[in-house]
Amino acid sequence: MFNQLHFYGGVHPAEGKVAHASPIATPPILESYTVPCAQHIGAPAQPVVQKGDKVLKGQLLAKPNGFVSAPVHSPTSGEVVELTTCLGPMGNQIPAIIIKSDGEDKVAEPMPLLDPANSAPDELKQRVGDAGIVGMGGASFPTLVKLSPPPNKPIDTLILNGVECEPCLTADHRLMLENPDAILAGARACATILGVKKVMLGIEANKPDAVALMTERAAKFDIEVHQLKVRYPQGAEKQLIYALTGRVVPSGGLPMDVKCVVQNVGTAAAIGEAVTLGKPLYERVTTVTGTPVVNPGNWRFRVGTFYREAIRLSGGVKDDVRKIISGGPMMGLSVCSLDIPVMKNTSGILLLSESEIVQYEPHPCIRCGRCNDNCPMGMMPGILSEQIENMRYDLAEEWHVMDCIECGCCSFGCPAHRPLVQHMKRAKAVVVAKRKAAAAKKPKA
Amino acid sequence: MNTDLENNEIKMPDVSRLIISGAPHYHSPDEIRGIMFMVILALLPACLAGIWHFGIRALWIMLLTVASAVSWEVLANKVMKQRLSVGDGTAILTGLLLAMNLPPTVPEWVCVLGAFIAIVLGKMVYGGMGYNPFNPALVGRVALLLGLPSIMTRFVPPMHSMWDWCSAANTVTQATPLVLTHATPHTRAEIVVDYMDLFIGHCSGCIGETCFIALLVGGIFLICLNLIRWQVPVCYIGTVFIITAIAHRVSPSDYATPLSHVLSGGLALGAFFMATDMVTTPLSRAGSVVFAVGCGIITSVIRLWGSYPEGVSFSILIMNALTPLIDKATAGHPFGTVRTAAQEVGK
Repeated sequence: MFNQLHFYGGVHPAEGKVAHASPIATPPILESYTVPCAQHIGAPAQPVVQKGDKVLKGQLLAKPNGFVSAPVHSPTSGEVVELTTCLGPMGNQIPAIIIKSDGEDKVAEPMPLLDPANSAPDELKQRVGDAGIVGMGGASFPTLVKLSPPPNKPIDTLILNGVECEPCLTADHRLMLENPDAILAGARACATILGVKKVMLGIEANKPDAVALMTERAAKFDIEVHQLKVRYPQGAEKQLIYALTGRVVPSGGLPMDVKCVVQNVGTAAAIGEAVTLGKPLYERVTTVTGTPVVNPGNWRFRVGTFYREAIRLSGGVKDDVRKIISGGPMMGLSVCSLDIPVMKNTSGILLLSESEIVQYEPHPCIRCGRCNDNCPMGMMPGILSEQIENMRYDLAEEWHVMDCIECGCCSFGCPAHRPLVQHMKRAKAVVVAKRKAAAAKKPKA
Repeated sequence: MNTDLENNEIKMPDVSRLIISGAPHYHSPDEIRGIMFMVILALLPACLAGIWHFGIRALWIMLLTVASAVSWEVLANKVMKQRLSVGDGTAILTGLLLAMNLPPTVPEWVCVLGAFIAIVLGKMVYGGMGYNPFNPALVGRVALLLGLPSIMTRFVPPMHSMWDWCSAANTVTQATPLVLTHATPHTRAEIVVDYMDLFIGHCSGCIGETCFIALLVGGIFLICLNLIRWQVPVCYIGTVFIITAIAHRVSPSDYATPLSHVLSGGLALGAFFMATDMVTTPLSRAGSVVFAVGCGIITSVIRLWGSYPEGVSFSILIMNALTPLIDKATAGHPFGTVRTAAQEVGK
C-alpha cells in the first residue's frame, strides 16, 4: 500500500520546509503570558478566575460557554494580573487573561489517568472536552464536537492527518518524529470514543522518515499508514478522505456524511497527552520560519506566547520583514503586530522578506483555464470571479461558490494575477449573510 | 533578566513595514507576458521556415505587420484613455500570427490594414485583451480574404535555390496544393503530391502555414510547457484526417488523400496556434475537445464540399462564437455535487 494516493487538481508550490531537521525546542518560561479566551471556533470561554488569583500550570482559567466552545488552561503558575483583550491574528480584539509567571512553573494536580483503549468512551470524550482540545491544524474547531457525531451518522473510519501540505511548516513532521506514541495514544482514544476499527494515517511523501517511523510504531495498533503524493492541498479534509478511502464528501456535507472523522496529528497528540498524562492543552508545536529568520526552528510554545517572543527566541531577523503570517503561506493570515499570542491553532509563524512579497496588479482573465485545472473542488474560479465582480452572487451560488475550500490554488496559479480566492471568500460571506437573513425571516412569515 | 541586552543584539521586524493581504501569500511565477513570449518563441521555427521558403520579403511582412499591430494598439489605448497594454505581448503575437496568415506577395498597405482590423476591430473594441470573442488574427485574415480575395490568394512558389533567395521577390504565381486539389477534381490523378515537400513546407501558401514540421516542433514545445492542451491539435487534426480518409475511401478520384489534407493549408498553424488561443476557446479540457472536434468537422466540410479551398480560419471563428455555449455545456460539477438545473439549461 505504498503507491502514492492523491486527489484531483491542486498545485505544487515551493516546499520551503527548511526547519524540518530542527528538533522541537522548549522555550524558557516567559515573564507573562497573554492567554486568549477565544482560541476556537464558537463561543469564547468564560473566565473563572479573578484579577489577583494565584493559578497553577494546567489550572482552568476559563470554562466553555456552550457546546461549541472549549475551556482554556493556564500555561504556567503565577498570578492573574488582568482580564483584558488582546489582538488576534485576524486583527480583531479577543478577550484574554494575562498571567504573570512566578517562575516556579508549579503543575496543578493532573486529571485522573485514563487508558486510551479500555476506558469508557464517554469518560474519554469527557476528557477531550475538559482538556480544552481543539483542531490544531488551523481550523480550531472544538474536538469534542467532532467526536460527537449524531446517532444517525455512523462512523467507520478515523483518519489522522499528518499531511502538512502547507509549504514551510514542519511542526507536524517533527511531532510525528519526536512524539509518535502520544499521537498513537490519541488515535486509539479517538477510535475508542467513536467505536471504529479502521484508523488511517496519511503522510505526504516528502516526509519519508515520518512515514517509516509511524509505520513501524503503528503496526502493533493496527493503524494503516499511507504515503500521499506531494500536492497542495492534500491535507484538506475532503481531499484527504478521497485520497485515502475514495469516498466523496457531498457538497455542503461533513466528513461524517461519509462515515469519516479526520483529526490532525497535533490534535491526536494533545488527546493522547490529555488521556495518558492527564494534561490539558496549554502548549503546542509551532514552526517559526521564513528566509528573514536567523534560526528557523520548531518550538513547543505555551499558549499566550507573543509572536515577538517567538521571533526573539529564534534569534530575531536578519532581513527586512514585510509580512508576518500566522500559519502557512497558502492559507495563513498576515498579521499587523508582534503582540499577538500563539494560540492552540498556531501551526506556524512565517516571515517573508521584501523579495518574496511581490505585489501584483490584476489583469483581465485570459481564460487560460489554469484555475479550473488547479481547483481541487472542480469548480470554475475564473467564471465565478467574473460573476462576483459583477455582483451576481445569485449566479455564483448556483455555480457552487459555497463549495470553495479557500485553498488558494486558483490565485496561486493565475497568470493574470486575479484575486480569485479572495473573490470567492467575499461571495461566500455574502451568500451566508443572505441565507441567515432568509432563515431569520422565515419564522415570522 | 538580561532582556535589554538581548534586545540590543537581536534585530526584530519593523511593524510599520508589515503588509496585510489575503492568502495565498505565494504565487507561481507565471504571468501573461511570459506565456505570450513562449508562444512567440514557439512560432519562431515556422517564421524562419517562412523566410527560408519565401525570401527576405516574408521577414519584412512579418516585421511590418507586428509593428503596425503594436502601433494600432498604442493608438487604441490612447483613444480609449486606457493604460498602455502592449507590454503584455498580445499585440506582438497577434501581429505575428496575422503575418503568418498572409501570402508573401501582399502589398504593405494590406499588412497595415489587416493589423488594424485584427487589433482594433478584433480586440480593442471589445475592451482589449481577455474580452475579445474571436481570435483577432483570424478576424484580420478573414476580413482581408473576403474583402481583397485576389490579393489574399496570390500565392507564389517557394524558393528553389540560394539564387532565388538572393534575387527579387518571385512574381510567378502558383496555386496552393489545396487550391489544386479543390478546384480541379478531374485532374487530380495528374497531380503528384510530394508529401515530403508538404512536410517541410516547400510549397506555395501563406508565409507561416506551409512548414508542417516547424509548426509541429513549436506545438510540441508549447505542449511540454503545458501552455496548450495536447488534446486540441490531436483532436482537430485527427478529425480532419478521419473525415477526409472516409471521403477519399469512398471516392479517391474526387477527394485528395487524408495525409495531403493534414499536411497542407493552414491546418497545422490553426490546430497548434489558433484553436489553442486561450481567450477565445473553452476553459475546460472537455470543452477544448468539443471545440477541436467541431473545428475539424467544419474544416473538412468546407475543404471537401465548400466553395473555398481552405476552411481552417472559418472553422475556428465559427467555433469561437460557440465557445460560451461549449463552456456552459461542459461546466464541470464540483467535487461532491451533481450538476444543477441552472447549469443544465446553460443559464
